[in-house]
Amino acid sequence: MALRQCAIYGKGGIGKSTTTQNLVAALAEMGKKVMIVGCDPKADSTRLILHSKAQTSVMALAAEAGSVEDLELEDVLSVGYGGVKCVESGGPEPGVGCAGRGVITAINFLEEEGAYDEDLDFVFYDVLGDVVCGGFAMPIRENKAQEIYIVCSGEMMAMYAANNIAKGIVKYANSGGVRLAGLICNSRNTDREDELIIALAERLGTQMIHFVPRDNAVQHAEIRRMTVIEYDPTHKQADEYRTLARKVFENKKFVIPTPIEMEELESLLMEFGIMEQEDESIVGKTASELAA
Amino acid sequence: MQEVDDIKPCYPLFRNDEYKDVLKRKKEDYEEGHETSKVDEAFQWSTTAEYQELNFKREALTVNPAKACQPLGAVLCALGFEKTMPYVHGSQGCVAYFRTYFNRHFREPVSCVSDSMTEDAAVFGGQKNMFDGLANAKAIYKPTMIAVSTTCMAEVIGDDLNAFINNAKKEGHLEQEYPVPFAHTPSFVGSHTTGWDNMFEGIARYFTLNAMEGKVVGSSQKVNFVPGFETYLGNYRVIKRMMGEMGVDATLLSDPTEVLDTPSDGKFRMYEGGTTIDEVKTAPNAITTVLLQPMQLEKTKKFVENTWKHDVPKLNIPMGLDWTDEFLMKISEVTGKPIPASLELERGRLVDMMGDSHTWLHGKKFALYGDPDFTLGLTKFLMECGAEPTHILSNNGSKKWAKAIDKLLASSPYGIHGKAYPGCDLWHMRSLVFTDKPDFLIGNSYAKYIQRDTLHKGKEFEVPVIRLGFPIFDRHHLHRMTTLGYEGAMYMLTTLVNAVMERLDEETRGMGTTDYNHDLVR
Repeated sequence: MALRQCAIYGKGGIGKSTTTQNLVAALAEMGKKVMIVGCDPKADSTRLILHSKAQTSVMALAAEAGSVEDLELEDVLSVGYGGVKCVESGGPEPGVGCAGRGVITAINFLEEEGAYDEDLDFVFYDVLGDVVCGGFAMPIRENKAQEIYIVCSGEMMAMYAANNIAKGIVKYANSGGVRLAGLICNSRNTDREDELIIALAERLGTQMIHFVPRDNAVQHAEIRRMTVIEYDPTHKQADEYRTLARKVFENKKFVIPTPIEMEELESLLMEFGIMEQEDESIVGKTASELAA
Repeated sequence: MQEVDDIKPCYPLFRNDEYKDVLKRKKEDYEEGHETSKVDEAFQWSTTAEYQELNFKREALTVNPAKACQPLGAVLCALGFEKTMPYVHGSQGCVAYFRTYFNRHFREPVSCVSDSMTEDAAVFGGQKNMFDGLANAKAIYKPTMIAVSTTCMAEVIGDDLNAFINNAKKEGHLEQEYPVPFAHTPSFVGSHTTGWDNMFEGIARYFTLNAMEGKVVGSSQKVNFVPGFETYLGNYRVIKRMMGEMGVDATLLSDPTEVLDTPSDGKFRMYEGGTTIDEVKTAPNAITTVLLQPMQLEKTKKFVENTWKHDVPKLNIPMGLDWTDEFLMKISEVTGKPIPASLELERGRLVDMMGDSHTWLHGKKFALYGDPDFTLGLTKFLMECGAEPTHILSNNGSKKWAKAIDKLLASSPYGIHGKAYPGCDLWHMRSLVFTDKPDFLIGNSYAKYIQRDTLHKGKEFEVPVIRLGFPIFDRHHLHRMTTLGYEGAMYMLTTLVNAVMERLDEETRGMGTTDYNHDLVR
């Protein structure tokens, strides 16, 4: 099959890295050849596949060697569970330098060094939190990821973030081939969570590709720096990731998203009781003014 | 083709039939250009009022800017201090550009270093480059001060100069007391004049902010002069001369006249002259600080007023007759020293010259562009000579500048045809001189392209260029001239009136047609 490149976005802390690695592990189990490219200066996108704390990143190695030109592909590429190839772009400590530029440099390096070989079936980009600058949009620029999955949950901020990411995708979708491929709901056990995400997906013109229930098995596996697929392949949570993997593999619904206005999003949240009806009369009033 | 015994430059060599043929074939076979008629049609259209209207609706594009970027100004400012190495934190290509820009204008070597940030520095921040860069620059070039500014690259990633320099000292790359003043100079904000202002403020801050104890305004009886981005070396010299004649103890804060005008005597001078660190340290003790280009020194003004507690006199750039008068009278007022007979004599000579040339300049229309203070001063002087400034353009001019120009134009009957164009570029100017032709265009070397274009439309549309400003790459030694004070007014007057004569001679040279006015005496 032709190489499919997918980028995973979503609010920080939503479980992008965990979901991506479990999904990738399930794809590997199916016999697919997969590469993960971590696009986060924290470099923690591959630890469950490699059983390591944090993989040595492209940028860390480049800094050591003097420049990116001095690196070889094998220096940066590690192979983990199921033959999954792992690369971390890496980047600076918080507060200095430019993390976005690190992502650009790392991905350019991978392309030039031929990391995207013909045997690969999938490349997954695990991108940090919000798309804060052009560097973090690198995976969805021309000729790279064509499919984007947004990990979200039924919490208000996660949905805000999903909508914002959809806005970002529209920009690139109009000039290139990148498409929104679906929302992955990583459950936080909120009320009517699946219905809410299905409703949001509809508004965005996409689908909820899978609802991943919350299960402690994920944490148990994480403590051992493993995916559930590897740690406890018979667990029902492993089957959830297998289902997700199958759905991703069979997915044909790639759309230019239709992000919604803030008001529409808020009314959706109110409809599901996540947000209270706003009382305009109290806006900008201090406690003492309200008491008076 | 070229012959070994008779080497010719491209002109006239390319006028040979052989080259004409080669160039013609290149054009026809490979360039895939439009028909000449089509090109000409587009050219003609670009000279119309209709096109001008579209041109002035441009929002996102600058064509032929009439300004440079902040670090260029910072480098010039740093060059004016004794044994100071300008150091630009960022990419090295930028610094190569600053050096060549000044080389071409001053025809002097210009020393300036970069810490060559590369891709990994862009990702991790440039602190490591700075550690090595500062230590190397000091060890190799042995300056007594390193003045740091930045390129866009360092600014976009938010490199913190203060922290980097302090860390470099803490880790022993430089001694704690070694002076490294700095200024953040993002190129995408402001212009070269902003960069000069920022760098000066950085230097003043470094040496005086925490050393104000015991400083008493007026205790040294000196007067400080801050030139701002100034490329006429004569302007530094004329201030020193005039103050010398008045008996005023003047300190020029940034004075690159020596290092940018070194002799050919077999000795290379990386550093020469310049304001000393001691002079900066004791500058707060002066009676006051005079800003020679006040509109371009806003940050400096704030610092001088708030930290040095100087009452900065409200003056214009001392250009032309009136504003030089005001300048000298103000200096006399604050120092108590009378204006000497020698300067009165000089003034009288200028007035005499203005009278002599008045008939030739009266009513002549001049379009002009340049830095904010320069265009203000020149507009003022043109009107003093009875000339009419028309299109007055400043790419780095603000709305405040435009208001100042409007006010100035309203003060004289000669200002009636004038209009200020803040934030406009030379492509705007090109439209303006096509649709409302002035007699001359005053600007830097880049103005020659506008002259070529206007001539292409026809001799009667040609707008001749008068070179006053920066940069001047295609004429020699003009950077040594003076535009400030009475002396500067004399130079500008001579330049202007002789340009009028040159043009008139050119037009009246036609044997038997126009030579009835080809006069020996003008």
